Amino acid sequence: MMTLETETPLLEMREVSVRLGRGAQAPALIENIDLKIFPGETVGLVGESGSGKTTLGMALMRLLPPLLDQGLSGEIFYDGEDIANLRAGELARLRGGEISMILQDPMASLNPIFSIGNQLKEGLRLNATAKGNLEARAIQALESVRIPSPKTRLANHPHQMSGGMRQRVVGAISLTRSPRLLIADEPTTSLDVTIQYQFLELLKDLQKRMRMAMLFITHDFGVVAKMCDRVAVMYAGQIVEEGPVRDIFNRPAHWYTRALLESVPTVDHAPERLPTIPGSPPTITGRPRGCRFHPRCANAQSKCLEPPVDVEVGAKHHAKCWFPLRAQRGAA
Amino acid sequence: MLKIIATRVIEAFIALLLMSIVIFLLSRLTGDPIALLLGDGATDADKIAMAQELGLDRPLPVQYLNFLGNALTGDFGQSVTAGKQPALDLVLSRLPASLSLAGVALIFTLIIGIVFGVLASVTRNSPIDVAARLIALVGQSVPSFWLGIVLMYIFAVQLRLLPTSGYGRPEHYILPAATLGLFTLAAITRLVRSSMLEALGSEYIKLARVKGLSESIVIWKHALANSLIPVITFMGTFFAVMITGAVIVETVFSWPGIGRLAYESILSRDFPVVQTVVLVITSLFIIANLLVDILYIVVDPRMRSRG
Amino acid sequence: MPDTAMALTSNAGRFRAFWRQLDWPLRVALAMLVIFVFVAIFGPWISPYDPLQGSLRARLAPPVWQEGGSWAHIFGTDRLGRDILSRIIAGARISLTVCVIVIALAGAVGTAVGTAAGYFGGWTDRILMRLVDLALSFPVILLALLLGAISGPSFTNIIIVISLVLWSQYARMARGETLKIRNEDYVDLARTSGLSDFRIIWRHILPNIAPSLIVIATLQVGIVIVLEASLSFLGVGVPPPAPSWGSMVADGRSYITSAWWLCMVPGLAILFTVMAVNLVGDALADRINPALRGRNI
Repeated sequence: MMTLETETPLLEMREVSVRLGRGAQAPALIENIDLKIFPGETVGLVGESGSGKTTLGMALMRLLPPLLDQGLSGEIFYDGEDIANLRAGELARLRGGEISMILQDPMASLNPIFSIGNQLKEGLRLNATAKGNLEARAIQALESVRIPSPKTRLANHPHQMSGGMRQRVVGAISLTRSPRLLIADEPTTSLDVTIQYQFLELLKDLQKRMRMAMLFITHDFGVVAKMCDRVAVMYAGQIVEEGPVRDIFNRPAHWYTRALLESVPTVDHAPERLPTIPGSPPTITGRPRGCRFHPRCANAQSKCLEPPVDVEVGAKHHAKCWFPLRAQRGAA
Repeated sequence: MLKIIATRVIEAFIALLLMSIVIFLLSRLTGDPIALLLGDGATDADKIAMAQELGLDRPLPVQYLNFLGNALTGDFGQSVTAGKQPALDLVLSRLPASLSLAGVALIFTLIIGIVFGVLASVTRNSPIDVAARLIALVGQSVPSFWLGIVLMYIFAVQLRLLPTSGYGRPEHYILPAATLGLFTLAAITRLVRSSMLEALGSEYIKLARVKGLSESIVIWKHALANSLIPVITFMGTFFAVMITGAVIVETVFSWPGIGRLAYESILSRDFPVVQTVVLVITSLFIIANLLVDILYIVVDPRMRSRG
Repeated sequence: MPDTAMALTSNAGRFRAFWRQLDWPLRVALAMLVIFVFVAIFGPWISPYDPLQGSLRARLAPPVWQEGGSWAHIFGTDRLGRDILSRIIAGARISLTVCVIVIALAGAVGTAVGTAAGYFGGWTDRILMRLVDLALSFPVILLALLLGAISGPSFTNIIIVISLVLWSQYARMARGETLKIRNEDYVDLARTSGLSDFRIIWRHILPNIAPSLIVIATLQVGIVIVLEASLSFLGVGVPPPAPSWGSMVADGRSYITSAWWLCMVPGLAILFTVMAVNLVGDALADRINPALRGRNI
């Protein structure tokens, strides 16, 4: 993706925070997030559970629970329009057609009462072009996610399908209106490994065909390597490092990123005992001051009690750390 | 699906048969029908003759089969008091009044309860929600005989807006139906509210919103369809509550239905009628439960493909 | 001595902490329940008059807030000149007695049937649960009327009838909960160590299903009070002259235009008591087993 510089971002988040309610002092689930997503690219969002990844995804869809939606601040520009300051209801017109999402749990994402066809068509109906040939478009949607004998499957109910098949149906429903941005929130964690792999291949294929941008939320670096162009690493509600996927893998700058990478087994990196990060991530109300990672960091120093600034450590690669593992750009 | 329904129908028949045994035994064991029929002045010879005529001298199982045979041909004996009318005719002539009252009450409580429950769940802790919770609490706590008297006192005696009693015109239905329906209304409101809250937090609601569906479709189609399943499960219970209520409400409002007939015939010890009323009400109840079971299978696709 | 004092203050402290986390409707409800139980237990000693003895000179006296009312009879008197307040107090005693006996009886029978069905399974389960279905499909109010008509209204009848309505709920709950834990390791262990089935149910299953049964019992108190009042209203409940709240409403019915309080006071007594019980029951259900909430129909 070398053309990125000249393009305008499809999505741009500026200082986005989500707090528990309206007050500026209320505890924040995510804080001061800046992130851009360009047309057609895939950005991975990585972090442990509780780091705020899912909150960020739901904030982009404006599908946070009411209390958290009230606590949303900052600006989210989608195609030039600030969707953070729209009323949540007004966003319905963008959902599905412009921005869509694949949810975590395929077992629970389909309504048990209605047939697959019913649930596919009601989304399609919102597309002016799909009216009239709903049936054909629904069959096409199932074909695109490689569901065998799609015509008979339309009459099926969710409980008549396997987990992998349900996941693909959820994918079909989320993608059927050709959104320009897809948020995939750990779409494969509940599937077993072979089905996981198939689904990721399928997703990548569809993305290429539809020239769709994707925010891929995961805790799995293996999946990131497979799917993403860029990666943002989240820790305790902040993005601590962001950069091109190769850069991050080969030369991480933040100590947290390195610790995370070291805890992942690979073919040429499979020691007897994988190193783990000592301690556990802070709770939302118990986040330390300064660098939020310092209590668990191998290189913590007194300077780390002050909030670190974002430093550039490479081409489009920056990290929030006082003592990055890579030399600061220009300083070296 | 047909197999499940067939099983349910057979079960209903067995229940009906068991019920007829219970009713038969109750009617034989709970008093001496001959003494009742003949009155105090009868001689022993009269009694024996009567017993032979009615077949009461034969063993109980034979008596039961006779009873069952007669019941199947619609012969439940004659009313002792009401001009020797056949008991079944008497009961059936009172049935429409009860069914129409229960029907009106059930339809209104279903509509109001569902709408109220849904609105309460989507505007959690708003005035509507508080009002719904209050109605649910009061409705499940107020005794219907007292509610009937209070409503009658306020709307008929004090404000003179509605008739105190009577049967036939639409305005006659308002107070009895309100009295009969309030408990069920409260129950449905509560049930819908709590199951809606559960449904609204689910993943499939998230997906429905992700699709770009309008909030009204999300709520009234996706969430409500799932929230109605528990309501259907409890429909049989609601029907039982309505029957119990009917005896009381029909008595309070002098409504010419089978509830009041049951009450009056029991007080006047008109056993052929009592027997018939109990059997008719029980059959209604068993049929209602059967219909609910079938409805449940039709509505919930997960039940449909089982078995 | 200091130890006792410590225990007292810590109990008081615990009570204060418990009280503080309740919202106000629940506080009012709890207070009303305490009053109800207190009045029911100590009624004979705090009642201002004999609830059964009227004075004909004081017939149909209005309550204190009405014109012509006096503090001598706060809620007025009925057609026989009996003090309404005293009768309400005596009625509370009847209500509570019926509640305690019925819930103990229905709870014991229902729990026994339910745990047996759940624990043994198979045919035992099938037959017992058919019995439960049958009990649920019998319009019990008719049975109550029947019994009442045959043997006259009596305390025993009312207990039997209401218990017949309510035992099946315990049976269903007990069966469901027993099924959940029947195959837990500790039950298997007890079985392999040779404990008899009865002892396993008594020692290992009952304590685990007790909380849900207690919630059911609480949620049923209101139903018992209303049923008892309804049957007494119809004249087949507590035999007169004992002042059941239901028969008081029935007595007052013919005076509704001239002396409305005869109906209103006992009716409100039922309403407020049952509301208080239901509020507390819901709160308890929320704490112990939220799945039961809103299911007490």
